[in-house]
Amino acid sequence: MTGLISEELLTNIGRQSKPQREIVTRRDIRKYAVATGNRQRKYLDGDIAPPMFHVPLFWDVVELDQLTPDGVSIDTLLPKFPLERAMAGGLDIEYLKPIRPGDWLTSRRTLTAIYEKAGRSGSLIFYEIIMDIRNDDEELVIREKTTRILR
Amino acid sequence: MTPEPAVGVALPERQHTPDNVQLMLYNASLWNGHRIHFDLPYATEVEGYPGLVLAGPMLGDWLYQTVDEWLGDAGMITSVSYSNRGATYVGETLTATASITAYDAASGVLEIDVGIRNEAGDIVAPGTIGAKLFAAAD
Repeated sequence: MTGLISEELLTNIGRQSKPQREIVTRRDIRKYAVATGNRQRKYLDGDIAPPMFHVPLFWDVVELDQLTPDGVSIDTLLPKFPLERAMAGGLDIEYLKPIRPGDWLTSRRTLTAIYEKAGRSGSLIFYEIIMDIRNDDEELVIREKTTRILR
Repeated sequence: MTPEPAVGVALPERQHTPDNVQLMLYNASLWNGHRIHFDLPYATEVEGYPGLVLAGPMLGDWLYQTVDEWLGDAGMITSVSYSNRGATYVGETLTATASITAYDAASGVLEIDVGIRNEAGDIVAPGTIGAKLFAAAD
């Protein structure tokens, strides 16, 4: 390993976002189901949320002056990495409870890993963020792990 | 539920040909303002893409839809794992595929390999879906 990752960078592991609490509405479920080309009536009518509805529900809403010139919101959970070009990422999502209109859900994101691997054309940095989504009874509804690769 | 679950069984494929209206509505439903998804001169001239780039998680949604439509009310999805391996663009026809790789009849637990295939035949988003069939008494 070439040692791109400093001790200081590693101290960011464990950083948490502020909890984000959102309400699920039938209208938002319907819009998402239509936009994704879903064909099942229960989702198109908004009776229940399709599996990836938490993606729009918890997408960061930032003000216009906080967007980069290419229209991206900056993830404030992330430290400055020595590599900056993002490559493909992956998602691992576990579903524990159904989501319906009227549900209040709270997400909290934690930076859980930063590591380095040798790629074909140099070192790559990987990081992982776990987002836990809980209902108002503190029960885990969804756990999502995002893995991102920087080169 | 057709076909019946068994290891090696392929579920019905589905083709997606998203246009820029669908892509706009998708990103609007997220509040995603990334220019590569709606600003064609920016996507092509500044970023060097051949067209408007489809949003990665939209492909993730199509991965489970193939399984979810097959399950209907007979079961539920318990996990979704996938990665985005390559960019895809408005105008492409993408095919969502799924085949059963593990099935335990006693518990109803299923593991299903899924993928999004582009017109060149490359799998641009491989993944695995976990699902569970409800017991008849449920």
